[in-house]
Amino acid sequence: MEVLQLLISGMANGCVYGLVALGFVLIYKATEAVNFAQGDFMMLGAFVTLGLVNPEFMGIPFWFALPLVFVIMGAFGYLLDLVVLRAVFGQNQVAVIILTIALGFILRFSAGLIWGHEPMSLHSPLALGDVRLGDLVLGMADVAIIITTFLLTLALWQFFQRTKIGLAMQAASQNQMAAYYMGIPVKRVHGMVWALAGIVAAVAGILYASKGAIDPNAGFIGIKAFAAAVIGGFGSLPGALLGGLIVGIIEPFAARYLPAGWSQIAPYALLIAVLLFRPHGLFAQVRVKKV
Amino acid sequence: MRIHFKTSYDDDIRLFEDGWKLSLYAALLALMVALPWLIDDFYLGEATNVLIWATCGLGLMLLTGQTGQASLGHSAFMALGCYSTVLLMEAGVPFIVAFPLAGIITGIVGGLIAIPALKLHGVYLAIATLALAILTDDLIVMLEPWTGGVGGKFAPPITVFGLEVNRWSNPAAWYYMALIVVLVVTLFYRNLLRAPMGRAFAAVRDSEISAQAMGVNLARTKTIAFGMSAGITGLGGALMGLFAEVFNNETFTFILSIQLLMMIVVGGLGFIHGAFLGAIVISFLPQALSIITDGIGSNVAIPGLEIGVFGVIMILFILFEPMGLYGRWLKIRTFFQLFPFARKDMFRRQKSYLKTERLR
Amino acid sequence: MSLLTLENVTLKFGGLTAVNNLSMQVEEGQVFALVGPNGAGKSTVFNLISRFYTPVSGKISFAGTDLLGLAPDEVPSLGIARTFQNIELFDQATVLENLLVGRHRHRGTNLVQQMFHTPAVRAEERAHREAVEEVIDFLDLQPYRNSRIAGLPYGVRKVVEVGRALASKPRLLLLDEPASGLSVEETQNMRWWIDDIRRQMGITVLMVEHDMGLVSKVCDKVLALADGAMLAQGTPAEVQSHPAVIEAYLGTGDAA
Repeated sequence: MEVLQLLISGMANGCVYGLVALGFVLIYKATEAVNFAQGDFMMLGAFVTLGLVNPEFMGIPFWFALPLVFVIMGAFGYLLDLVVLRAVFGQNQVAVIILTIALGFILRFSAGLIWGHEPMSLHSPLALGDVRLGDLVLGMADVAIIITTFLLTLALWQFFQRTKIGLAMQAASQNQMAAYYMGIPVKRVHGMVWALAGIVAAVAGILYASKGAIDPNAGFIGIKAFAAAVIGGFGSLPGALLGGLIVGIIEPFAARYLPAGWSQIAPYALLIAVLLFRPHGLFAQVRVKKV
Repeated sequence: MRIHFKTSYDDDIRLFEDGWKLSLYAALLALMVALPWLIDDFYLGEATNVLIWATCGLGLMLLTGQTGQASLGHSAFMALGCYSTVLLMEAGVPFIVAFPLAGIITGIVGGLIAIPALKLHGVYLAIATLALAILTDDLIVMLEPWTGGVGGKFAPPITVFGLEVNRWSNPAAWYYMALIVVLVVTLFYRNLLRAPMGRAFAAVRDSEISAQAMGVNLARTKTIAFGMSAGITGLGGALMGLFAEVFNNETFTFILSIQLLMMIVVGGLGFIHGAFLGAIVISFLPQALSIITDGIGSNVAIPGLEIGVFGVIMILFILFEPMGLYGRWLKIRTFFQLFPFARKDMFRRQKSYLKTERLR
Repeated sequence: MSLLTLENVTLKFGGLTAVNNLSMQVEEGQVFALVGPNGAGKSTVFNLISRFYTPVSGKISFAGTDLLGLAPDEVPSLGIARTFQNIELFDQATVLENLLVGRHRHRGTNLVQQMFHTPAVRAEERAHREAVEEVIDFLDLQPYRNSRIAGLPYGVRKVVEVGRALASKPRLLLLDEPASGLSVEETQNMRWWIDDIRRQMGITVLMVEHDMGLVSKVCDKVLALADGAMLAQGTPAEVQSHPAVIEAYLGTGDAA
């Protein structure tokens, strides 16, 4: 019973990590930029929702606010690409890494300025409390998170398979130059990918905030999401989700069965092990750069 | 504009291009030596701080600026350098031996870590080193018997040749110690740059494929770069911990690595001057901010202001001056030297359309 | 014995056969050209010799040494230097520094000596610089000695790359499309340089080139490739008039 309980709470955490990792991989695959601020995007998404929904701020009913959150976060992602990222397009990766880390700093600072540094909780319809089934205490929020993630994954998969823009994103991520020649507006597609990453981050943020409180430093879970992305294989969307689940599940089990201190280390130890033995992740194929 | 007539190969090998350059740097050195008589103890402490940051920055610069490998984990090496210096001193080793020894230990550990880590490129390396930095924080807590864990450690008193170096009773001695360390490190750095190893670093940075085709062993070169870089940063970390006098796991968090990386970018990646300019910025930014906030009459400290402003500065630099402060200075100098013939695109960076490092 | 020998070399990328059972011999002192349409596998042959790729089967040996037992960075120590089709210079370094990297295989001091800049390092540096100045003189690169690569025109970079390879004093020089993208005058210069590289320096040259005009002027021997397999081999005139070659080139033209 205990195992099941740990598994479900771990999976719920893992879904959040997985979604952040997904945004990370989406951007990397399509644009080769690495968004070290994806965790802070998630934090921002949570706070934007909180600002719209919570009664002490605007108090808009959740389901009305939701599309608005998506629009705001999508626009934020798109504009960010337009104004900032496009300027460093083609520059070396160190520049992009530092740029996005700096961006994360700014987001954290701004969120602190607007919403304060005290932890706050979101009035979310997913915060359902616990249900007892015999010995088993099920956090309903956890179950809701798992279901939502599953649905979102399905929707994204359909988006990439069926819609024109989804196919364009795939094409641009496989061969930018060829996509460009085929008349796909690669730069605009990049903007769209950033917008999509913003929306995914918003969902992740809402799910995260449904489990507990949120504060401007929540973005630091992005680091675990990088671990998840690498464990899953950097270029693979399902890999990112699976990596997130692995990291999420390892944590509670390590906390339960290993000596104190190990649960914090476990995800990073796994990350380093994966990098040593399968440097391109558990679920990625490897190709060598052409000379 | 001065024109050089080079008459021997040594003209290109020498540390200073000509007598003029030599006298400029000699004047700068004289100023640095005279500093304790020119400023009060508080600012002397700040100057020491700049030198310590510059030492750490030179370490990371060797790896990121010269060899092109981004590391977000150098706080781990700062911690290692600091703890090993102090542990050696507590074991009875005199500071003058313990300090360089700690640098060598850190360098060797850094090199060992590099062997697997440097198979990774760009992003992967950044994430792996970030994980290393986070692990270090936890490891310091877990290794409490040696490290003092969360409670931390107090720096033992430092004596060099019978002279006690204490930042309160003898700030000038501390300053000179940091100055000597940074000078020695800079000299080693410069010597490497004018030798085959330094060129191998640059070769690895600019094109791994043709570095190999010229006979540069990638793994070996990167390992050496990583080890040297870790060692130098370890020395800087040791100075930082000793200067702070108390340190624990929170002294060397991964945020420190990020600050270090940002510092060398602001200063100018790939230039020794960049490490120093960046160190000046990072040391004086908090004070400049507090002066500004005082000036606008707000006496409430805004949490996270420093780091937020730093983020903004970073973004502005990467967008508008990717070569950093030193790059800006080079441009200004060239403009005046060639006046009126300087062209705007003289420093333009070649942008490649998707020069991919990605494997899939 | 031939300087460079490829014996029944086959290379596959997944299902695609990039080089198919190729055998060739380059004799000491020759200028040898690989020609063929785009995608014929010419650069792939270079990458096999540089050990960036490992063949599925076959043997590659250089002056009696089995190249397949070496890592890519060990190949230059035998005296093989190369250029790249899409110029792979060290962009943020100067011309001088680029050429000095070419001297890497002749270094004789260790890290500690270099850190302290011992007299041995100083002496070695002088020797390297002397060797590099010879190359600079030979290729007329004096005006660009201290310029960064990133700001140089394409034609100059092409020459710098040849210079970097020459600075390593190789026995075999691999030139991947030395004349592509060059103007008529620059191509003419390249032709004389290749002639001099062979005559004055005694270096064997293996090159990939599309410009049949250049090939027929400087080369002793030509091998035509198509789809990774040999079509014909012989003097430039023989290969150019070979029916299989004419067919492979039809529509692409040989003056490209």
